[in-house]
Order: sequence, then structure tokens, then C-alpha cells
Amino acid sequence: MKLRILFAATTALFVASPGLAQEQPAAPQPTAPAGESQELPTIDVTDESAQDLTIIIPPMPTQQVVSTPAGSTDALGRQIAQIVTDNLRNSGLFKPLGPTGVRAIPVSEVSAPDFGYWRGATAQALVHGFVRANGDGNLTVGCYLYDVALGTELAREGFIVSPADWRRAAHKCSDTIYTRLTGEGPYFDSRVIYVSETGPKNRRIKRLAIMDQDGANHRFLTNGQSIVLTPRFSPDERRIAYMSYQDDKPSLYVYDLNARTQRLLVTNVSLAFAPRFSPDGRWILFTMSVAGNADVYRIAAGGGTPQRLTTAPGIDTGGSYSPDGSKIVFESDRSGSQQLYVMNADGSNQQRISFGGGRYATPAWSPRGDLIAFTRMGGGFRIGVMNPSGGGEKLLTDAWGDEGPSWSPNGRVLLFSRGAQGPSGKSDIWSVDLTGSTSRRIPTQLDGSDPSWGPLRP
Amino acid sequence: MAKVKTALIVATMAVAVVGCQKKRPETLPPGPGGPVDPGPAPGPGGGGAQPGTAEHFKQNVVSDTINFDFDQYDIDARARQILDSQAQWLMQYPNTRISLEGHADERGTREYNLALGDRRANAAKNYLAARGVSPARITTISYGKERPIALGSDEASWAQNRRAVTIVIN
Repeated sequence: MKLRILFAATTALFVASPGLAQEQPAAPQPTAPAGESQELPTIDVTDESAQDLTIIIPPMPTQQVVSTPAGSTDALGRQIAQIVTDNLRNSGLFKPLGPTGVRAIPVSEVSAPDFGYWRGATAQALVHGFVRANGDGNLTVGCYLYDVALGTELAREGFIVSPADWRRAAHKCSDTIYTRLTGEGPYFDSRVIYVSETGPKNRRIKRLAIMDQDGANHRFLTNGQSIVLTPRFSPDERRIAYMSYQDDKPSLYVYDLNARTQRLLVTNVSLAFAPRFSPDGRWILFTMSVAGNADVYRIAAGGGTPQRLTTAPGIDTGGSYSPDGSKIVFESDRSGSQQLYVMNADGSNQQRISFGGGRYATPAWSPRGDLIAFTRMGGGFRIGVMNPSGGGEKLLTDAWGDEGPSWSPNGRVLLFSRGAQGPSGKSDIWSVDLTGSTSRRIPTQLDGSDPSWGPLRP
Repeated sequence: MAKVKTALIVATMAVAVVGCQKKRPETLPPGPGGPVDPGPAPGPGGGGAQPGTAEHFKQNVVSDTINFDFDQYDIDARARQILDSQAQWLMQYPNTRISLEGHADERGTREYNLALGDRRANAAKNYLAARGVSPARITTISYGKERPIALGSDEASWAQNRRAVTIVIN
């Protein structure tokens, strides 16, 4: 996959996002207007040169050091710069430097960078920002991106957050930089729901847990007395559909993150699993087994009568909607082994799309619609992608037990479970990008499995 | 300088996420230690367990567990022998009920294995029903690959983990 990083000198992009208050920061000093029509260099970032784009991120200064519930504003400025650095590094596309070892800047330079100095530091891009404690108790975080060679501003945004949400400002700033430099959608300001695991392999304790995409703000949602499996975020991020063995009846529940309540979704069934929300949040696809025959059904997200979508006598499961809601990809062993199929949302026109060797499972349709991620089994379990008609297959990982891909909000990165071979029963959450070249373990308090990447936060 | 400002305050979002729920009466599913324990000295003559109990069942059937081939759920000759002995006992104690637990080895994906374990439990249930045990006495539950009894990642362990276990519940 080729990613073009464009240094085009369009005027700074201001995207208002509801929920997280946003403002164009009042610059301490006026800035020179960015040129509109200059011919600028274009940088192609490929797998091989992915680390080539150097971005310098000094600590973000504060005009006045103020103590806040999240710490002092000068400490926050350094921490936010660190989070931006970590996010950009973890994307695998940049070589970020800072905030440690980088010259601290005064507030006056935030909107008027000393380009001459930074050219000497061989930076191609430069991130500046500031932290300000507002009179109402909130924080304003300014975020600026500059093209060092040209001395132009590429992006400028400001975010107003409560002190408790200070990390979100760092993620929004990271998203501003990432989207401006890559043309890809944002994804850093998002959360992950997953199954936290501990204990011996034959008695794993499994709890629902939620965290930011970088592992921060971790908390448990269930107490581990019942096995929970395969949680999925609703598109509005307010609900989680998951499977639980509560009362020894393995069925599906919907957890409301605001109300902190869970509700049984499917009643009077011996086995219901594999929940997936529809893109509009109104439906939940799931698998129900009746007398040993598992089929894909859909049910209103608020409950109701399940509607059967597949009728094959094999195991049909793992349904996942296309982003426009018109189609569903699912797995079936009707041919004799697990393979991927695409059908219309009403269950009509079921067509097999996977024909490579081995078995294919856990399909997940990209939020961009262009790819379907899956687990491929044959030897080990590996994560791969193919296009919705079955072509262009590419395996992204090569391990013993990778399973269950979940897409980032921008469709560029996948989270998945990596199970360990042998008696430990250990499992961790990993990420891999679409190039397959950037893979890393996501830090979790305990072991982890079944990650579900939530939507970009509002 | 243009200003874009949406005046939504984010403080409310800070409390949107919740902590643990601890009120619900949740129970742990039976671990593999329970149902598969051979029990104290299961003598072939029936042991000393009270007739009709779960312990008595284990002492008087060939086995409480049947095994399956990889990704299969058919009842082979060995499994038939075991289920026949279970059916005999169940016909003798018609007031007992059983739960059939279906399991899979780790070489399948989590969700598929839930369905596979369910298939195995139902295959055993159907066999017992064909031998005269009322299906109303039998419930099934699938644990997929969540509760292995053998911990290795090798053929011998996987063979043990592909199983359906009969548990008498009174």
C-alpha cells in the first residue's frame, strides 16, 4: 500500500467537531498567511520509506503556569506533546522527535516558528501547541502544524476540554496532524472495548474492559464471574453488544455505557453469539444456534423477534455489515470448511468470496468499504484482507494464533487477538496497519482478547 | 481570523464511562475440574455413591465424556459405547436431568468453535434421545474453546479437548 503524504499549502483546515469543543486558537502573535498557490514538494511514503518523514514536537508551552485537576499547565504541555509523539510513531508513518531532547519554545513562537532553527534540525514538519487554563476550569489546547522547508502553516486547531479529558485534546491534535499529512481519516481519538483475561488456560477469567486506543483510561465493566466474549461497540459508542455466560445461559447482552446497565437481547435460546451492530445502530446481527444448526439472524437493537438471514445446514456465523448497510459478509462451512460469503442485507444472493487455501473466519468489513479483514487458518492463524469480491488477498501477520480483526475508524489499522501457543493460555491485543509492516502489542493491564475498535469520538 | 467554536463542554463525557457492575448474581460456569474429576475410587461394581446421583452416574457409565475428530461432530463407535451406557443409566433413573457440555480444541476461531461445541452437544443429545432418553431431560451448553481440560498445544491435548461431557443435574 502506498500512502501519499502531501505538503500542499492549502489554508489550514478547520473541522468543527461536536462534543469536543473546538476553537481556532487565538494566536499569541499574528501569523503570516499561508501561500495558496505555491508549488510544493510531494512526499511519497511507501513501506520502505515510511520512517523518512521527520516531525519535531517540542513541549507545548503555557503562557501562565496554572494548577489544574489534571496537573499544572506546563506539565500538561509536555505530556500532550509526548502523546502526540507516541501516536505518530505508533502509526508507523513518521519519525517523530520530541518532546525530550528538543528545544523548548516560548509561547511567542507557537504561531511564529523559528523556521531557520528547525531547518538546522533537519525537520520536515513541525508541531507547535500551547496549553491554557481557562477561567471556567476548562483547558484550551492549541495545535499547529508547519512545513519547515517552506515556512508555511499546514493546519491549526484548538480544543477545549475539561481537565479530565486532557488526553483527548492530545489525540485530536494527533488526528489533525495525521489527517493533514496523509489524507487519511482520523483515528487516534477513539476507544477500544475488549475482553480482559487472566488465570490459567483451563479457567480463564474474562471481563469486559474499555480503554483509549493507546491503552490509557483503562477500566473494567464486568466483574469476571461470568465468561464474556466478543464485545462490539455500537456506532454511537454508547452501547456494547456482547456475549455472556451469565446464569449458565450463553446469550447476548447490550451494555449501556451511560446508564451502566445491561439488558438481555435474545431470550429463550440455548446459544446466541457473534453480535455486530448495523452501521445505523438500529440492528444487531448475531448467530443463533437451534438444535445444533447455527445461522445468522438480525434483531432490533432494542430487542424483538429475530429474523433469520441464512438457512444453510452448516455453521453460518460472524456476520458483518458493509458500511452502507446494504450487504453482509459472513463465514460458513457449507462447502465443507469455513469460507467467507457475501449476501444482501435481507439474506438474498449469497456468494462465496474466499477461495485460497485453508479456512477463513471472522470477516470484518472495513468502515471505508474497500476491504474485508479476516482470520485465515492453515498452519497458524493469520490476519489478512481482501476486497469485497474476494480479490487482492493480502496476509498482514504471521503468527501462531492471530484472530478476530477489528478496524480502526479510518480503515487503516486493525486490532486483533494474538494467542500464545502452549499451556500459558496467554493472549494479547495487537495492532497491524494495512502495509503489514507496522505491528505492535497494545498495552493492557492484564491479558486481552476480542478487541473491538470504537468509532472516532465526537 | 475566523473562529470556529462549538460550545459543547466535554465534562459530561468524563462521566459517561462506567466502572464495574457488581450487583448481578453471576455464577461461574463449571470448570473442567468439576465434571471430569474421576471421583474417589470409581469401582466397577458401582462404588458407594447414592443411586441416581451425579457421582453414581460417573461410577456406573463407561465414561461421562465422548471425543470427536478435528472439526467433526459425528458419534463414532467408541462414543456410541459410552452413550449407550449413559442411556442405560438414564433410563434407570428417569427423574434425573442432564446437561451436555460441548467443547472444541483451540484450532478454530472463537465464534465458530461455539457453534462447533453446540453441534457436538446436540449430536450427543440426539443419540441419547434415539436411545429412548426424553429430550426434555437434556439441556445443552457450548463452551467452544473456552474451557480446555488439556493445556498443551499438541495433538494429544487437542484430542482430549474435542469433547462432549454429560453432567447429571438433579
